[in-house]
Amino acid sequence: MIRMLVPLAIFVGLVIMLVAGLDTAEERKLVASPLIDKPVPTFSLPGLFEPDVVRRDADFLGQPWILNVWGSWCWACRVEHPFVERLGREAGIPLVGFNWKDERSDALEWIDRYGDAWTTHVVDFEGRSAIDLGVYGAPETFLIDHLGTIRYKHIGPIDQTIFDDLMRRIMALRSEAEAS
Amino acid sequence: MRLLTTRSNSRRLAGTLPLSLLFILALLSSLSWASAIEPYEFANEVQETRFQALSRELRCTVCQNQSLADSDAPLAQDLRRELYEMIRDGRADMEIRQFMVDRYGEFVLYRPPIASHTLLLWAGPFIMLLIGIAVGLVTIKRRRKAL
Repeated sequence: MIRMLVPLAIFVGLVIMLVAGLDTAEERKLVASPLIDKPVPTFSLPGLFEPDVVRRDADFLGQPWILNVWGSWCWACRVEHPFVERLGREAGIPLVGFNWKDERSDALEWIDRYGDAWTTHVVDFEGRSAIDLGVYGAPETFLIDHLGTIRYKHIGPIDQTIFDDLMRRIMALRSEAEAS
Repeated sequence: MRLLTTRSNSRRLAGTLPLSLLFILALLSSLSWASAIEPYEFANEVQETRFQALSRELRCTVCQNQSLADSDAPLAQDLRRELYEMIRDGRADMEIRQFMVDRYGEFVLYRPPIASHTLLLWAGPFIMLLIGIAVGLVTIKRRRKAL
């Protein structure tokens, strides 16, 4: 009798494992960044509104800042936009819009339509700096501390839960910067 | 070139094989030969072979179950360009793999390195095989005894 139950037990075990796997399926698609706790890769990129003004990673040293990767072609960026706007208003630190693989006219039109959430803009039309940052999809949001170290990366659109989590992390980074 | 050969093969087989099988074959062949390689020019054949090999063993991170060679995603195009430039500049395969791992993690490697955390991955099939052989031997022995 017990012998006959062995295949059933194996089957039930498999089902449990597969169902549990379904739960984490979305999570497993995310690629954890190897850049966490590493210095932000050096970049020097032109602005969106001012193509002649070049901004470098070093410009942001001394305070925590947020780097938000977006593009006018990215539908999820529209979804997270209200929360990006709130970040810009409530975080109290620079919020850099990293316009990725876009066209200037499209990006400007997008901002005209949906609003400018960011405090600073850089553009990476060729996507070279994005590769250095390990960007693989938009939107992505990096939190960088006052010493220029990447402390956190969120992949995908920001919703209420993620916004709250990001704000907590940002406040921690701010007090860290103030304490030093 | 390859595409042409499969097409003429299919035509020759058309008379002998049921249509459904042919359809499946056609699907499979289009899957395996579809590659999105830009017409990059290489200094020599070795470089080209390396490019092909590396783009096949590096994963496209956006379209996770495709290699860089298979994918037409914009990021895959960018990464192929990066790959091409590194090969042109004479960087070693190891260096190129490290470049990708530094940015995207070991996930980009279709052939993960053998290390302590990948030991189960590499040894797993052999362990399963050993278990299978052991179970088989025990069963055979028992049956012999029963006879």
